[in-house]
Order: sequence, then C-alpha cells, then structure tokens
Amino acid sequence: MLEWRRRREPSRAMLYLSPLIAIALTMVTGAMVFTAMGYDGLTAVFDFFLVPFLEPHRWPDLGVKAAPLVMIALGLAIGFRANVWNIGAEGQYIMGAIAGTGVALATYEMSGWWILPAMALAGILGGMAWAAIPALLRVRLQVSEILTSLMLTYVAVQALYYLVRGPWKDPDGFNFPQTRMFTADQTLPVIIPETLVHLGIPLALLIAVIAWLVIEKTTAGYAVKVVGLAPAAARHGGFSAERTTWVTMLIGGGLAGLAGIFEAAGPFSQLTPQFPVGYGFTAIIVAFLGRLHPLGIVLGGVVLAATYVGGEIAQTTVRLPQAATGMFQAMLLFFLLATDVLVRYRIAFRARPAKVLP
Amino acid sequence: MNSVILVSIIMTLVAASTPILLAALGELVVEKSGVLNLGVEGMMLTGAVAGFAVAFSTGSVALGLVASVIAGIATAMIFAVLTLSLTANQVATGLALTIFGVGASSLIGAGFVGRTIDRLGPLFPEVLASHPWLRALFGHDIIVYLSLALVLGVSVFLRRTRAGLILRAVGENDASAHAIGYPVIGIRYAAIAFGGALAGLGGAYFSLALTPMWADRLTAGRGWIALALVVFSAWKPGRLLLGAYLFGAVMTFELQAKAAGITWLAPEVLAMAPYLATILVLTMMSLGRKTGRLDAPACLGKPFSVS
Repeated sequence: MLEWRRRREPSRAMLYLSPLIAIALTMVTGAMVFTAMGYDGLTAVFDFFLVPFLEPHRWPDLGVKAAPLVMIALGLAIGFRANVWNIGAEGQYIMGAIAGTGVALATYEMSGWWILPAMALAGILGGMAWAAIPALLRVRLQVSEILTSLMLTYVAVQALYYLVRGPWKDPDGFNFPQTRMFTADQTLPVIIPETLVHLGIPLALLIAVIAWLVIEKTTAGYAVKVVGLAPAAARHGGFSAERTTWVTMLIGGGLAGLAGIFEAAGPFSQLTPQFPVGYGFTAIIVAFLGRLHPLGIVLGGVVLAATYVGGEIAQTTVRLPQAATGMFQAMLLFFLLATDVLVRYRIAFRARPAKVLP
Repeated sequence: MNSVILVSIIMTLVAASTPILLAALGELVVEKSGVLNLGVEGMMLTGAVAGFAVAFSTGSVALGLVASVIAGIATAMIFAVLTLSLTANQVATGLALTIFGVGASSLIGAGFVGRTIDRLGPLFPEVLASHPWLRALFGHDIIVYLSLALVLGVSVFLRRTRAGLILRAVGENDASAHAIGYPVIGIRYAAIAFGGALAGLGGAYFSLALTPMWADRLTAGRGWIALALVVFSAWKPGRLLLGAYLFGAVMTFELQAKAAGITWLAPEVLAMAPYLATILVLTMMSLGRKTGRLDAPACLGKPFSVS
C-alpha cells in the first residue's frame, strides 16, 4: 500500500498548488480522451480552458455563469466544512426560482423598486424551505441528508414542469410551456450596458467576502469548522451539531435559492422547463476546487464557468457534443480528490471525520 | 379485474423493480464491507451506455450485457482507487462518480440518441408462458431470474460462508480484521467491483430490456433510490427484494394511473411519487428503529489506512 509520511504541518505550498495540478491533469487527460474518441483533442482543451479567458468578449458570459456557481458553492462549502452533505442544491436553486417567480407573477401588473427585493427574499425563503426538510429529518430522526436532499431535487424539477405547463403557463404564450416574461421591475438590472453583466455578479462577490469574514473572523465560523473536524470536542465546547446542521443547511438552501431567482430574473427573465442546467451539482465541484474557502470558490467558479463557455465554443469549432462539459467537470473533480488527498491527508485524517449517516 | 390485466401489471412491476434490485444488491455488499459508494447512478449510466453501444454495434444483446458489467466494474474501480488507495472522502468521490457517469454516458450516447435495438426477450419458450398465470412465472427475461438467484446467492454468501463472514468483519471492525491478518483493502476492492458489476447490469436493463432505445439520463435517479433501498433493507438481502418490488409498484403508478383512466392527477405529481416515497420510507425506517442507530455496518463510510 501507499506509504504516507504524516507531516506535522500541512504543506501550504501544496495546498494552493494541488488545484492547479488537478486542472493541468484534467487538460492532459482530456486531450488524450477526446483525441482517442476521434475529436481534435488539443483544440478542444484549448477551447475549454483558455479561449474563455483569452478573448475579452467572452468575459461577460464567464461572469454570468460564474455568479450562480459561486453563490451556491459558498453555501455548500460551509456545510461541507461541518460534514453536512447537502447535495440537493439543484433542487433548492429551482425552488428559489419558483418562489421568486411566484412573487413576480403576483406583482405582474404592479410597479415599484420593491418588487425585485421581494422576489429575491422569496427566492431565499424558497431555497431555505426546501433545505429545511432534509435538515429537520437529519436533526430529528438522523435520516441521511444526502439522500433526502437529492430526492427533493427530482421533486423540485417535477414541480417546475407542472407549474410551467399548467397554472403558470403564459396565457399569451401560444401554449408554450413557459411563464410570462418578467417586467422591467422584475428583472435584474444590467450594470454594464450592451452586455449580460447583471447585478448578481457583484453581489456574488460581495457574499464571498462576507462569507470569508464570517468563517475566518467569527466564533460561528470557528464552530462550524470544529463540528466538522471533531464533533465530540465541539459538544464539549458547547457547539451543538444540531444547530450547525440547521444553520449550514439553511445558509446553503438560502444562497442556492437566491442564485435561482437571480438566474430566473437575470439571463432567463422567465421560467421554462430548460431552467435547471445543473449549476447545483457543478457548484459541488466549485466548492472543492476552491478548497471550501470563500475566495478560492470565486476562482473555482470562474474555472467551472469556463467549462460551460468553452463547451459552447468547442461545439462549433471541433463539434464536441455538449456532454463534453460534464466529462471535463467530472475529470476535474476526480483529479482534485486525488491530489487533494495527497496533500491534505496529513491534516484531514488526523482527526477522525464524523461518521457519515447511511 | 381480470387475470390478464393483473398479470400484465405484475410483469411491468417486476421489470421496473429489477434494475434497482440489481444495483441495490451490489451496493448492499459494498456497504457490508464498510464502504459507502454514492456513485451507483453513475455506474448504472456507464453500464447502460456501454451495453447499448455494444448491443447496437454487434447486434447481440448478450454481448451488450457483458459490456455493461465490464463498464460498471471499470467505473467502480475509479472510486476504489480514489477512496481505498488514496483515502479520498467517500461521499465526495461517490458524487464525482455520478457526475462522471452522467457526462460519459451522455457523451458516448450522443451518437445513439433515438436509435433502437431488439430488446432482451423472455428466457423460456413461448409455450410455457401461454396462460396468463404461467406468463407471470415464465414470461420474464434472463436478468429477472438472475437477479432473484443473486439475492439468494448474496444472502447465503453473507450468512453461511467463511468469505461472507470475513467481508462482514471488515465492515464491522476494519482495524480488528486487519490485525487478524485479513486484507481489508483487497476485500473492499472486490466488494466495490461486485457492486459496480451489478450496477452496470442494472443500468443496462434500462437500455436493453425496459426501453430498448437510447435516451440521455435514462436511469432518472434510480441509482439513488437503490441507495435508499439498502437502508430500507437494513442490509438484509431478503428485505431488499421485498423493498425493490414495493418501489417497483410505486414507480409503475404513473403507468397504472393512466391505464386506469385517472386523469385528474397531473403526470408530474405521479412522476414525483418514487422520490417522495423514498423520503417517506427513509423517515419511517428511522421512526421505527429501537436502538440508537440503524443496522448499518459500523465502519460504513470511514476511511481505512494501514499506517
């Protein structure tokens, strides 16, 4: 077996280097895999990881796609630190969009500055409500939040389909399964004219900074860390695992819900069956790529956003199917986990991680 | 209700249950060895696409089934190397495996969308299944009978064989098993491979028997339901069989409601049923439990290293 020499101190350099190593390994493997599949692998990798950064006219799109990823990942990372495995962010994202759209449809004939904040608040509450179910089941009955939060994603998708095909269908929409377009008061303002860059992007950055301050500078952030690393010690210290589960799940759900309504009120301006694109799952990779650190997550969000933007480029240049994006994302996560362990083994496994509920 | 309709409901139910029974049975063995592989959905999808691609190219469903088993094992090995040899977090790696399976199956399957093959037919000759009730007994395909045999086999293996005892020992107390001299990591590699084989086969049941046509993400979360089923079974193969058929009944709600002419319930609500039922079952399992924990293997999900 592999022989691990445990260092007393984790290698700081490797901590920052390993995500870069993982990205490099993904690029090399990706080039080989897609060449073996008969595509132009080198161009594909170039399109995926470099073109989105090299061509300035792609940057707005990069920001638009990174914003929801960063927002969701920030919430998830707080939970992952505490060993709370909310993997149903996709469902909370959809529920946030549904709740916010509910407000939009109810205020369709009204106008005022207050409508958008009301939609955002509804989005947060919608996501929180959807996350509260697995939180309650875990805290009260020790039901694994992994399975329940994921199952609720499938339920949320069906709820979305039901609403856009049924009660919320646009009456003037030629029977297409979609809601009305949101009005000007219901859409996120564009902050750079002539682009898609909306208010959600600076807000995502602001939330990242707040999350960083909370985690690094407050007792609450410390409590979350301790509960995850050493639950027994945390109990002695007076930090309750139950409360941590509640708080982290609600923060995760709320941020996913906010990302959902921002996406609906931003790039989409309505709800359609095509609304869920898997940001809730991709955000898990973002959280790991960013090493569960708020500022790292911002960088991770931009890298994963590039796989979406690059995927669209590669579709036209080397005719790579859209699914290639998912492959690159999965490879990245595999290599992250592999390199992450090589570096962090010494820290992560000295304290016994909390048992994962079956 | 006449017997023809009843038998056809039974046939649909058995067919819907078989893939989750297979995947869950594999995962049960994996979890008995102390490993939590959340990548069942991913392994099912790679099995489904490999099975379909080979069956479509060669015209042989049998070769497709073999390919699905190999693909399932290959996918499972990624998980095994990361979690066992590199002691990566099992939850995160399992998720990665699912994301990988979704991406890989959709990429490989891109060229096959909408293509059809001749589906896996019944095992026994038509004569045996002439009467409706005989059809319920003899009208299934080989995988259905194989899945039942495997339930029996796994049950006997875990309870009556020395190898099964060792596997359980590794799952209950890895440190002691290691101290006695059993190769903990090696045994877990084998268990994960078995889980991958059955998940791959279960996935191929979708693409080769249920809907002999390729569609993106055709397993639709059944891998996750299989994981819940293992909890429901309390890690006992017999209960797993019962649970799989109960879930099969819930999953065929949509079809049966349509057949029964129920139109007041939206199809989307019916489509939610299996997922809501899963949450309900997990909740009831926890409510009904007497002791502090479910009967989960003690080392489930914990990494093990020799050093």
